[in-house]
Amino acid sequence: MKFTLSWLKDHLDTDASVDEIAETLTDLGLEVEEISNPADRLKDFTLGYVKHAEKHPDADKLRICKVDTDEGEMQIICGAPNAREGITVVVCKPGMYIPGLDITIGVGKIRGVESYGMMASERELELSEEHDGIIELPSGAVGDKFVDWLAENDPSKVDTVIEIAITPNRPDALGIYGIARDLAARGLGTLKVKDYAPVDGSFSCPINVSIDEDTLDGCPHFTGRLIKGVTNGPSPQWLQDRLTAIGLRPISKLVDITNFFTYDQNRPLHVFDADKVVGDLRVHRATGGEVLMALDDKEYTLVAGQMVISDDNGAESIAGIMGGLATGVTENTVDVFLESAFWDHIQIALAGRALKVNSDARYRFERGVDPEFTLEGLELATLMILDLCGGEASDVVVAGQAPNHARAYKLDAARVQSLVGMDIPEAEQRQTLTHLGFRLEGNQAHVPSWRPDVQGSADLVEEVARIASLTKLVGKPLPRITDGIPKPVMTPQQRRQQMARRTCAALGYNEVVSYTFIDQPSAAMFGGGTDTTMLANPISSEMSHLRPALLPGLLQAAARNQARGYMDLALFEVGPAFHGGEPGEQHNLITGLLVGRNGPKDVHGESRSIDVFDAKADIEAVLAAIGAPAKVQVLRGAQAWWHPGRHGKICLGPKKVMGVFGELHPKVLSEMGIKGDAVAFTIWPDEIPMPRKSGASRGALNQSDLQAVERDFAFVVDDSVEALTLVNAAGGADKALIKEVRVFDEFIGGSLGEGKKSLAITVRLQPTDKTLKEKDIEAVSEKIVAKVTKATGGTLRG
Amino acid sequence: MDDLKSKYLSQIANAADENALETIRVAAVGKKGEVALKMRELGKMTPEQRQEAGPALNALKNEINSAIMAKKAGLADAALDERLRTEWLDVTLPTRARRTGTLHPVSQAQEELTAIFAELGFSVAEGPRIDTDWYNFDALNIPGHHPARAEMDTFYMHRAEGDDRPPHVLRTHTSPVQIRSMEKMGAPLRIICPGGVYRADYDQTHTPMFHQVEGLALDTDISMANLKWTLEEFVKAFFEVDNVELRFRASHFPFTEPSAEVDIRCSWKDGTLKIGEGDDWMEILGSGMVHPKVIAAGGIDPDVYQGFAFGIGIDRLAMLKYGIPDLRAFFDSDLRWLRHYGFQCLDMPSLHGGLSR
Repeated sequence: MKFTLSWLKDHLDTDASVDEIAETLTDLGLEVEEISNPADRLKDFTLGYVKHAEKHPDADKLRICKVDTDEGEMQIICGAPNAREGITVVVCKPGMYIPGLDITIGVGKIRGVESYGMMASERELELSEEHDGIIELPSGAVGDKFVDWLAENDPSKVDTVIEIAITPNRPDALGIYGIARDLAARGLGTLKVKDYAPVDGSFSCPINVSIDEDTLDGCPHFTGRLIKGVTNGPSPQWLQDRLTAIGLRPISKLVDITNFFTYDQNRPLHVFDADKVVGDLRVHRATGGEVLMALDDKEYTLVAGQMVISDDNGAESIAGIMGGLATGVTENTVDVFLESAFWDHIQIALAGRALKVNSDARYRFERGVDPEFTLEGLELATLMILDLCGGEASDVVVAGQAPNHARAYKLDAARVQSLVGMDIPEAEQRQTLTHLGFRLEGNQAHVPSWRPDVQGSADLVEEVARIASLTKLVGKPLPRITDGIPKPVMTPQQRRQQMARRTCAALGYNEVVSYTFIDQPSAAMFGGGTDTTMLANPISSEMSHLRPALLPGLLQAAARNQARGYMDLALFEVGPAFHGGEPGEQHNLITGLLVGRNGPKDVHGESRSIDVFDAKADIEAVLAAIGAPAKVQVLRGAQAWWHPGRHGKICLGPKKVMGVFGELHPKVLSEMGIKGDAVAFTIWPDEIPMPRKSGASRGALNQSDLQAVERDFAFVVDDSVEALTLVNAAGGADKALIKEVRVFDEFIGGSLGEGKKSLAITVRLQPTDKTLKEKDIEAVSEKIVAKVTKATGGTLRG
Repeated sequence: MDDLKSKYLSQIANAADENALETIRVAAVGKKGEVALKMRELGKMTPEQRQEAGPALNALKNEINSAIMAKKAGLADAALDERLRTEWLDVTLPTRARRTGTLHPVSQAQEELTAIFAELGFSVAEGPRIDTDWYNFDALNIPGHHPARAEMDTFYMHRAEGDDRPPHVLRTHTSPVQIRSMEKMGAPLRIICPGGVYRADYDQTHTPMFHQVEGLALDTDISMANLKWTLEEFVKAFFEVDNVELRFRASHFPFTEPSAEVDIRCSWKDGTLKIGEGDDWMEILGSGMVHPKVIAAGGIDPDVYQGFAFGIGIDRLAMLKYGIPDLRAFFDSDLRWLRHYGFQCLDMPSLHGGLSR
């Protein structure tokens, strides 16, 4: 919303400076976005007097002018046809910036003759489009500042323009009068209330208006009148200047007057060329399919139920949004029908959105105009039309009546203070509301018709606080909930995520946060990409589906980094993935991805391709860090994006999967554009049971003084036998005595023959009551061999 | 006996290595060594002679043994010195590579603000990223026709044909968690709700996903003055400055009344932002007293309970605090960016140890 300072002063009697006004507006909730003053860019220009002018010796159209300025006589070469002796001009001296040309003028030689600066046209100073000649002033002395001359003789040219942001709750501030009312309530001046006398019609209006019964809820009130014998044409300069200053294009008197009231009073109006209206006007609902060429030269097809104004020829105006071209006014309009109607904000919003029409009228009606101002708006506009265009006004035609907006809410002065936390005396609260147009009856505040946003006592609090100024609010400590030391606030799951993040970072992974939506093919590759997780309005096809897993995003990130020349990557993410489109159909994941080598090639020869055991080591570390049970099963059969033979699910039983690690399927890697090897792990942190916590105590430590003994065994087994089976069998041979079983060697093929392998283990025996003798060790060794043989079919290697 | 002594001491002194020394030891003080043989002769001596020769022989034996020990140590030292002389390494060579991981600034900032609000008794609440339009809009006093809905650039979920419910949304703010938390926990209540939110907007300063933290405090007597204090304390603690000036500006949000946008005093010099000084104001958050309709939507009696709510962009906070220029880079996963703006695993923010290094 833009307005000029002088326009504001039409409604507000104030001495406040522009800065004060701007600060106050922002503080009141009418946030100032921009202040621009044309005087700023013109402040250096001064007046000069052309003492002498003669033709340039080498150019027919140029003149050499001797110009008196505040810095003495200057020679300026000028090509303007009106550059001549004896005129007062605006001088731009060398070194000055010319806004309309976007250059800094200097000293130049034009066809061999020196020229010091220039004399400006209106366009060159951005005052108008006028460029037929240089500015010729009827008054003013040499050396006067041009802005001072303008302020005195043409003030609208140096009128400050203020632009404010209007929050959706303040339609009243979409009129300059409403802005003035707010400032006056704050005490920054006095609101000017203008009296006017309604115009008595001298004849009855030949165009009648009716509202269909089923349309009264959308258009409860419609007023209009004919004004015959008007003369349309360009508006007077003051009106053109105002509209131009706020960014509107002056069109003609009749149109400019409607625009004037749209901004002056938040009262959109419409003018029909009465000679093009056939019969009466009827406000009704579209049956659907009506086609209308609107004033923006676009064709709109109405949908059944939308409101429309028709005459005998059919639809002529998209009600409350935009008039039709066929009945629009032109320069030649003689008889005009002026419309001022009240439209329901919801219906206008829905129709505007459906038809995709933006107009000042729609913008205002959908936020809410003053329902009590319909007739007044018509009268004020009539007066201005008669004033500017002449003519004769008819009686007013009225259909329907202003909707009942009357409502009152209790002003609880104590509650206001309790909510805001500011000491605002009741008398001040009442005064504030009165200034804003509320009517107080006891403690009931009756809401003014222009404030549709006030819908309860809480809104009264806001008004009082806003006018009192929140800037003055002084902070008061928020009391503690409990005395003493605050309790921890994070849930165990939140702690797990934090620990997982920090463990991954400790393991050398870089955390990424990627968009939770990805492209359909990538989502589909990882078990998603169906319609249930599809966005209805994605911003691009790259972000069309919610991610079913974190891996696709990580792989895309890895590919992007590889394209930048970073081939070895360790990335992780902790965040939600989606298995459906309903609220809550999301689950947290912790995923790490290793790509390439474990490090660059080095002098120690330790650079190698990453492999599945890197991923396994890391998933085990993260699981341990977040408190997962140590005793797990490693099963196969995870999803298709893993290498079928080189992955494992870390489980607590076949259905309780805590995580997966492994190599990624080569096809997935090539689809995602990954170069080199890639392994990954994923953890479902919510699947990990919470430890049964019984206090922070660790339990007793049992440290035996007796010496532990280690013995090595090597077994020959079928190559499909899994090491964990063998280890578990060996460990089960004597659970009391065997502390640990470690695999330390695997040897496949060779002398063992096809399909066989050797697994070597170290078994650590920890006696608890007496030192182990050789025969004890022999006994347990036999048990180990027997158990392993039974479980794996293997034999002790000779 | 002196001969013996000088003979062996000189042999020991000249011994070239441990083997030679052992030979000398056996020859001198071994079981059949010269000193031992001499000792055997003691029996044949008179008591007087014995009294003189015995201690002398013992002394000789001790002296030779000591000399051998000393020589042994000397030889070992010499051998070690010799070995060390050959063991020279170029220690300017690089080490074995070890990866350094990092945490994302969003995670770090989230932990920082959690630490601060925990101190004030706020717990951390969470909610779904996909939500119903009731939780995201209606319950927050944003009815279907409200212009704020259109202005929010909402992402909608696809609706299967025949499913006539209004489409679910990707939450446009963390405010729905207010409602869910009120329903679940009742009042009094103090929560923060950090998390990802979505707006269909992508340009220089907007990304379709970003992070917010919502704060909500409900009790019988909480005022906007308490809100201001809470935010002042938060901003001071988060930006780790002693003083900060906040400006509350009246504004409008459908879910709070009165509503205020909050600006922070700051200065911009040479592209560097300084919080708490200077002549500029920067908008950092929106806040207000929770609208009675919102409290009622959460199942709490608005005639009894009142309180404040605020919403801050976490990414924006991180950008301001850590001088990160571009929001879009947060989600680009560029390794160079992750390393430069990321945090060490042990940079755990706490109020007692400090939030940042």
